[in-house]
Amino acid sequence: MSHIELTVNGEKRSDDVEPRLLLVHYLREVLGLRAANVGCDTTSCGACTVLLDGKSVKSCTVLAVQAAGHDVTTAEGLASAGELHPVQAAFRQHHGLQCGFCTPGMVMATVGLLSENPDPTEMQVREALEGNLCRCTGYHNIIKAVLAAAEAAQASAWAAGIEESA
Amino acid sequence: MIPAQFEYVAADSAEHAISLLVSHGDDAKLLAGGHSLLPMMKLRLAAPELLIDIGGLTELAGVATDGDELVIGATTRHADLAASELVRAEAPLLAYAAAQVGDPQIRHRGTIGGSLSHADPAADLPMALVALGGSVTLQGPGGTRTVPADDFFLGYFETVVQPDEVLVAVRVPRRPGVPWGYQKFVRRANDWAIVGVAAIDGRIALANMGPTPLRAIAAEQALAAGASVADAAEHAADETSPGEDMHADREYRRHLARVLTRRALEHQTG
Repeated sequence: MSHIELTVNGEKRSDDVEPRLLLVHYLREVLGLRAANVGCDTTSCGACTVLLDGKSVKSCTVLAVQAAGHDVTTAEGLASAGELHPVQAAFRQHHGLQCGFCTPGMVMATVGLLSENPDPTEMQVREALEGNLCRCTGYHNIIKAVLAAAEAAQASAWAAGIEESA
Repeated sequence: MIPAQFEYVAADSAEHAISLLVSHGDDAKLLAGGHSLLPMMKLRLAAPELLIDIGGLTELAGVATDGDELVIGATTRHADLAASELVRAEAPLLAYAAAQVGDPQIRHRGTIGGSLSHADPAADLPMALVALGGSVTLQGPGGTRTVPADDFFLGYFETVVQPDEVLVAVRVPRRPGVPWGYQKFVRRANDWAIVGVAAIDGRIALANMGPTPLRAIAAEQALAAGASVADAAEHAADETSPGEDMHADREYRRHLARVLTRRALEHQTG
């Protein structure tokens, strides 16, 4: 067993785990955080996407021991004070989901994308989500949701800027 | 899918990793980003008894200049390589190749040292290293040695790295402003190349046209002798031995190599 200490959704965690335990299984089975789904289990579909130190990763291809000392964010960690995260709100508003299985991964990949590129073009969104598959093929509304989330974030940043300069 | 059981040690230096390799030999494997090794372990194609994690060694990450070369730490991740202003200015072909690997999540984890050590002939970075005429630095118990890209790859998933050596750095010539071309033919987003071509300054490298990344020597020689791009590209598949799979048979890969080489030479940027 290996001892790991890490931060998950802002909370310090400390566990003894088998070195072979995958991060996605640690999150789902040890911590009970079931948002990240195991889809393909081969680094292809992106349903298990979480943020590791703010960057999107596929948690089926990361060992829990590799996350020791780092900061993990799952979809459970996005909403605050009962308010959906802007990306979650945009996915709901624009119906960026059908069966919902890929959604936590799509949302986390989007949060990661917008932190790196807050104002992406439609083509950049499509390319940034190439590692996330939607078996319902509901891509059009997913792209709409991502662009809307970016626009909303830009608008609120703009408003905050106006307020600051006033 | 769950990997077989193994022991795990986070190395605190390259020397620590080497000493563990010396004492465990073939039973140990280095882990950095884990995006080649972990999928193989999950499929039980690999079952090392000890994983030595060098992914956290900041001393092995980052990009610097050394005379007329760029030195890239082995644990530099694809996303950081692709975004590096230094790499984009001095070796834009390499930055571009890093941005073609997998998808954003994979590029956040995978490392250049891992990709080169894994030595998949269909991969982007091995082909880019061969095109650039770069080299790799290997550190073992007896010191370091530098191996040119043309001598590094031995066969499918096989390199000259010895069981007690760590690939610590990658060196590529600084080529600011030198035109380069890059073509990768895939049927799906984020796939491996069915065939890939990287060209810069008279050197042409091919991905997935044999058991290692290959130089298109006959096409290079034709270019050097003054042949037109179209005529030189006709020789791109000479002396190659591509495999066959569900995506492409041998003849189709040869056809692709010729077409993509012509495109890589015609559409150069830099």
